[in-house]
This record gives sequence, C-alpha cells and structure tokens, in this order.
Amino acid sequence: MKAKNDFRMSLDSRSVNEAFSRSTVAAFTAQLDPTVDEITDIKTAVSEAVTNCIVHAYPDRVGKIYIYAAVYEDNTVKISVRDRGVGIADVKKAMEPLFTTLGGERAGLGFAVMESFMDRVTVRSKEGRGTTVTMLKKISGREEK
Amino acid sequence: MPVKIIATEQRVTAFLEGEIDHHTASVLRMEIDEAIRTYKPKVLKLDYGDVTFMDSSGVGLVMGRVRTMSPFGGRIIVSNLSPQIYKVMQLAGLEKIAKISKREDVCNESKK
Repeated sequence: MKAKNDFRMSLDSRSVNEAFSRSTVAAFTAQLDPTVDEITDIKTAVSEAVTNCIVHAYPDRVGKIYIYAAVYEDNTVKISVRDRGVGIADVKKAMEPLFTTLGGERAGLGFAVMESFMDRVTVRSKEGRGTTVTMLKKISGREEK
Repeated sequence: MPVKIIATEQRVTAFLEGEIDHHTASVLRMEIDEAIRTYKPKVLKLDYGDVTFMDSSGVGLVMGRVRTMSPFGGRIIVSNLSPQIYKVMQLAGLEKIAKISKREDVCNESKK
C-alpha cells in the first residue's frame, strides 16, 4: 500500500531527545484525527523504541536514530525506529517482558509496552549492524467524524 | 522535572509532575533516594496525580525504590495513576510488590 503522507527525521541518541521524538511523531499522526488515548499509546510506544536506541544500541557513544512515519488511506500509521548500533543477539529473548540486560532502574518492559499499545510490532536486528523496530496501529478516529 | 517531597520518619510522600521518561527519571530517583536515606520511612508514597506522561521508565522508578526500601522493611504506595499509566504499571505486575491505585476522577478523564 502506498503511503498517503510520510516524513523522516534523524536525531542524536541523547536522552533529552526522547520527549521531542515522541511529541513529533504524535503531532504527525494528528492528521488521522486520533483520540487522546490513541495519541498517548503512540507517544508511549515511540518513547520506548527511542529509549532502547539510547540505552542499548549506543551504550557508550552518541549515535544517530532514524525515525520514519507514514499514514495510509485505511487510517493506519506506520512508525519505524532504526539505529546503527550494537544490535540484539537474541530478539525473542529481548522481547520477553521483564527481561533486561541492564537491571537496576530499567524494568525490561520496552517491547511489552510497544506490543501492548500498538497493533503490530516487528523487530529486525543484526549484531554489530543495528536494529529496526517497525510498529503499526490503526487509528479509529474520533466519533464526530 | 520538579518533585515536591514531604517527609517524616513515618512517611515520605513524593508528588511527581510532568513527563516521566528515561531522561527525567534519573533526577527523580536521586531526590527520592536522598529523602529515603535521610528518613528511612515506614512508607514511601509516590503520587502520580500531576504526571502527564509516563513510559516504562516510571515502572523502573518504582521497582528501584522497592529495592531501596526493602533493607529496612519499608512499604510503597503508588497513587493517583491515570488509566494509561495504570496499564503500564500492570504490565509489569507491579501490584504484586506495591499498592497501586488509579485517580479518583478516572471516569471523567477517560471520556475526554
């Protein structure tokens, strides 16, 4: 399916950019007329994906995070968050709720939150090359439409 | 990210505000832990009433504080959660290690 509208951006993997990236993607999605809850779902999922890039993909350096978002005729939004970081050795393990390689202050919930708030989440990763997280969500839209 | 803390030896209450993510959680953690170390309270209450956004970093914040409180047997209460934040907390099974409750005006909020 061809995108009705799309945008891409790249930004540094600095934690101060977490709020900027989730707000920007949410603002782009606004053209589908989402409910307040749907906007929150998208913001939360994007925040998790971007945080993963910052704490896992580039653990000891600042790298680039590439975000792509597209909206389709059927009111679906696709968001992809990509990095060129260390990659994930075992994607299945990484996606298990409460699994974390960091411990301490990280809950190990990033992928579980993305899967809970979006309709579909796919993760492609190669060690030493990077990771791409692609998320899809159908926007119901507000009732008065 | 501001946090107002009211502390006695019985109870430390932290009123959290704004957006909680990986970036803002570290400051909150330091301020709350300093109050815990000083007062060693029986109860730590985290009030999420003025939190407008939270991702799983907010869950890590609670789990980490459960660990700080456990050496001296302190309990944790997490209150005033919005429906979305409650959902994130539940994903972690947080109700098994802390007392969590939603905002009282929750019915009105979800109609927005």
